[in-house]
Amino acid sequence: MLAESLALSAVLFTIGVVGVLTRRNAIILFMCVELMLNAVNLSFVALSKLYGATGQVFVIFVMTVAAAEAAVGLAIIIAIFRHRQTVHLDDINLLKG
Amino acid sequence: MHTDLSASGHPLGDTVAAFAWLILLLPLLGFVANGLLSLTAAAQPGPADPSAGHGHGDAHHGDAHAHDAHDTGHDHHPARHPAAKWVSLIGPGVLAAAFGLALATFLAMRGAGDAMHAPFVLTLFDWIPTGALQIPVALQLDPLSMVMVLIITGIGTLIHLFSVGYMQDDPGYPRYFAYLNLFVFFMLLLVLGASYPLMFIGWEGVGLCSYLLIGFWFTEEANANAGKKAFIVNRIGDFGFLVAMFLLFANLGTLSYTGVAAGAAGFEMGGALVTTICLFLFLGATGKSAQMPLYVWLPDAMAGPTPVSALIHAATMVTAGVYMIARSATLFSMAPAAQLTVAVVGALTAVFAATIGLKQWDIKKVLAYSTVSQLGYMFVGVGVGAYTAGVFHLMTHAFFKALLFLGSGSVIYAMHQAYHATHAHADAQDMRNMGGLRRFMPITSTLMWIATLAIGGIPPFSGFFSKDEILAAVFARTHHSTLAEATWLGLPGSVVLYAVYALGLAAALMTAVYMTRMMLYTFHGPNRTGTAEQGHLREAPWIMTGPLVVLGVLSAVGGFLNLPALVGGGMSEILHHWLEPVVGEGTLRVTLGEAAHLSHATEYALIGTAVAIAVGGIALAWTRLKPAELVPAAESPAEQGIERTLLNKWYVDEAYDRTVVQPTLGVSRTVLWKGLDAGIIDGLFVNGAGFLARGLGWLGSQLQTGRIGTYAWVLVLGAVSVLAGFSFR
Repeated sequence: MLAESLALSAVLFTIGVVGVLTRRNAIILFMCVELMLNAVNLSFVALSKLYGATGQVFVIFVMTVAAAEAAVGLAIIIAIFRHRQTVHLDDINLLKG
Repeated sequence: MHTDLSASGHPLGDTVAAFAWLILLLPLLGFVANGLLSLTAAAQPGPADPSAGHGHGDAHHGDAHAHDAHDTGHDHHPARHPAAKWVSLIGPGVLAAAFGLALATFLAMRGAGDAMHAPFVLTLFDWIPTGALQIPVALQLDPLSMVMVLIITGIGTLIHLFSVGYMQDDPGYPRYFAYLNLFVFFMLLLVLGASYPLMFIGWEGVGLCSYLLIGFWFTEEANANAGKKAFIVNRIGDFGFLVAMFLLFANLGTLSYTGVAAGAAGFEMGGALVTTICLFLFLGATGKSAQMPLYVWLPDAMAGPTPVSALIHAATMVTAGVYMIARSATLFSMAPAAQLTVAVVGALTAVFAATIGLKQWDIKKVLAYSTVSQLGYMFVGVGVGAYTAGVFHLMTHAFFKALLFLGSGSVIYAMHQAYHATHAHADAQDMRNMGGLRRFMPITSTLMWIATLAIGGIPPFSGFFSKDEILAAVFARTHHSTLAEATWLGLPGSVVLYAVYALGLAAALMTAVYMTRMMLYTFHGPNRTGTAEQGHLREAPWIMTGPLVVLGVLSAVGGFLNLPALVGGGMSEILHHWLEPVVGEGTLRVTLGEAAHLSHATEYALIGTAVAIAVGGIALAWTRLKPAELVPAAESPAEQGIERTLLNKWYVDEAYDRTVVQPTLGVSRTVLWKGLDAGIIDGLFVNGAGFLARGLGWLGSQLQTGRIGTYAWVLVLGAVSVLAGFSFR
């Protein structure tokens, strides 16, 4: 059961990474990041079977932080959209050397 | 100030000598007081402004060289400094007090008798206590330093008194006395310090004061340049002194006189090391004491006020090199080759400077070259190991040359007053403008004649005895001495010594000639100042002539302090016996352990030769020179041939300029300034560092594309490579 769970977690994580690397829509990117976080959550839960409840405690933490991050991140994206009428990341590139 | 460290145990420790530090402190206090007075007044605008006044003098002097522009300008009345009265009291006062204390110390030392075979070292406080190098500030009182202290404070007091008359109308009067007091402090430190580093402090200090006083009237460029020249030329010599100290410390581990004297015996006689040390010490001496090849600064130093020339550039500071070698007697006696170098350089300088003195028109320049020449004599003396004779000549020279300089100051003062009264513009130092002054200044004239006879070597005046003793010593060393047995540049020592003796005689002849010439042109013949000025020529006030009289007496009888055994009877060789504890060992080593001996017949022959040469020189000048044929400087035709070469000082300054100064400036400008400083340091290091940082920053900024995709890729690749690093370690 453990192996399957970890495999699923890896698959989800990879989907997240590839999504972040290939997509340019800020909302989708954001969702991909959430996917990666939850992939990690899955492996925490799976591994807590072996190593005790610490992993599950961590999942709660991650979810709390992810919720806060989602609030801030979405707020920023909305602010950008109001300002630029777009959430396409190739158009948002002013901060550079 | 605890004075009881090493003072206890020596019989002088319970006498006034325990307060020897007061001799040093008094001039220092004078410096502080006069310096503060000069500062307070300098804050007021107007008369105290040093730029008010001078400058008139030189514009119409055809000569490009610096002159003693004594008066404070022509058409306005001199502005006496508001604090002048206090300065006149403090300046000479501290010196007189120091002289009194020195006299008391001297009497205590005489009372101590045989105990003075060991020097009295007065440790004041720690100065450099680092590891193996332990240098306390300690004063060494022994017969040699005592003689020097008496000369410095005694002659110094007289010259300070003279300065009151000479300088009191100068706006910079307190500044002048502040410098003069500071000079005396450093000079006393130079001779009283108990170790080479302390001597070096004094050595540098007197150099500083010399610089400040040469450029005292600094608003004229020539004066400021003369000061710089003196300072820079002296640096070359100081380098030698420093290297000698490093070598001494590296090999002996001590720098105190007592330690070095004890350690010197351990050197190999005539070895390369001790010879090197002595030659470097001598290099230091050539700078400070104006010997070839570093003598060029001293004639230019005449740009300072005349009393300064008398005190610093004739009587005291320039003799520091002679003192240094006498102080290092034990060291030099171990190195015959170095001694012969000293003697040869001294003899060459004596002759060379004397030839230049023959044709100078500036009265102070004649005396300046005469000083260089006489210093050469002193070096001949200490060079052949006749340290007493060298110090003896140092002393008599201090008497008669201070007298000559102060006398010339008196003459210049009178000339300036006359020109000032008639609003004339002429050079007050050019002898062609003088003539016949004997009738207007009989006291100065008489006294300067005494000094002239003394320096010329006419018995029984002081210079005769000291000069004769040096020449006799050279002659005696040609046989049965370490010097005669040594070789110098392949020549046997005795041959070198005979040459030195011959050069000494030649210099003596020329000394008699140029001094008589100076006296003839200045004081005899018709007066050339102009009829209007004649009414204003008069003797200087008593505060200036008084010191002259005292110096006149000393110049006349100073020789009796060290009469030769031949004529002295019971009071012969007083100075010789006095200095015995300090230099006796060194002298004996040179003469192979026996007292130098010449047969009476030889001694009479030497004295006869010396006197004949002196009389001959005076007679030659007296008969051949015609003061009546001179015309004032402005109307004189230009000299031709050898006279012109001599007037232009053998073009040594020009030669130095071409070979040393201009190449140095050229290298400094092209290589050091434009190449090294502007090119490498400014360009490569300073601007290069900035350029590098900017370039690297630009490169780094190119990584920031502003595209999140790029960052994400970099992040992922980074994470993967870190993981890979951990996995495949």
